[in-house]
Amino acid sequence: MDFNGSDTLPGPRTEDQLPHTAQAAAKIVIVGGFGVGKTTMVGSVSEIRPLTTEETMTQAGIGIDDNYGSETKTATTVAMDFGRISITEQLVLYLFGTPGQQRFWFLWNGLFEGALGAVVLVDTRRLEVSFDVMGRLEERGVPFVVAVNSFPDAPRYPIAELRQALDLAENIPMVDCDVRRRASSRDVLLTLVRFLHSLALTGSPS
Amino acid sequence: MTPPRRQRRSPAPPPEPPPPAGAEGGRQKNPERLYVVAGADEDGARAAVDLVTLIVAHAEPPPSASPEQAALLRLCSAPLSAAELSAYLSLPFSAITVLITELLAAELVQARAPIVRRAVPDRSLLEAVMHGLQRL
Repeated sequence: MDFNGSDTLPGPRTEDQLPHTAQAAAKIVIVGGFGVGKTTMVGSVSEIRPLTTEETMTQAGIGIDDNYGSETKTATTVAMDFGRISITEQLVLYLFGTPGQQRFWFLWNGLFEGALGAVVLVDTRRLEVSFDVMGRLEERGVPFVVAVNSFPDAPRYPIAELRQALDLAENIPMVDCDVRRRASSRDVLLTLVRFLHSLALTGSPS
Repeated sequence: MTPPRRQRRSPAPPPEPPPPAGAEGGRQKNPERLYVVAGADEDGARAAVDLVTLIVAHAEPPPSASPEQAALLRLCSAPLSAAELSAYLSLPFSAITVLITELLAAELVQARAPIVRRAVPDRSLLEAVMHGLQRL
């Protein structure tokens, strides 16, 4: 990219600029398998067009040993879509949709450690895709709620059965949603924030 | 039809201290970053830049600024998160943290620290977020 051409310099549209009063930002992570609707959810509630931040990692080729004994490396670009919601003139909330595979998580320092909490987005056609993600969040003590994205052709399980299948602790909320709808995505976020607030009231550590 | 089943996990104990260097013949299992840290401070350390650290320019780009630094400075005439800078400049996040570290050292930008989760959540913050979301 040519950084010298200031005429073509990309940046936020004027209406997408944060006010100078913006003092601090918090983040919420939306995590789930490929195609579960993370980016759709980010886009439906974000006040800006969703943006993408990338990180590149190289990985030594595994089990590849050519005649010269040199190792093969592959570079993988991992992308994460995100959006933004201005809460007050001082406070901004960012939403990051991140791949479920834990090996990507370390790429962004503090992505989960610093997040207020997480939304695990679940597709009932591939429920098991979210198992590992939920386990990782539990291990790291990241509070989360589960949102079931309603795909038209997805099997419908009774909530109680789904909770059992996901081995959800009683206090963890689970909600149905249609992430294409702004109000529905907002309600998922509200469910998470109310849950975090309830944790604050009981004084239990996340 | 029965869905597949999962088993809940507990918070993990604190991680073990890393094994001494060279324990595996110098081979690290973790993938390494492709981007090399350049121009960091003398410790070679990068500033602790979070995805949502807000960056605000103090000054116009000086003539000595690199094209990337100048582009970043122009972008954050109003506060902008490090993640947004990465997106608009099409640079990997690690490269953005290097740029920000340089600009912080040169006192050309100010960083506004992110709000991070605490062991006991901040109720007034969460109430503000709730009210903000309800207005959407």
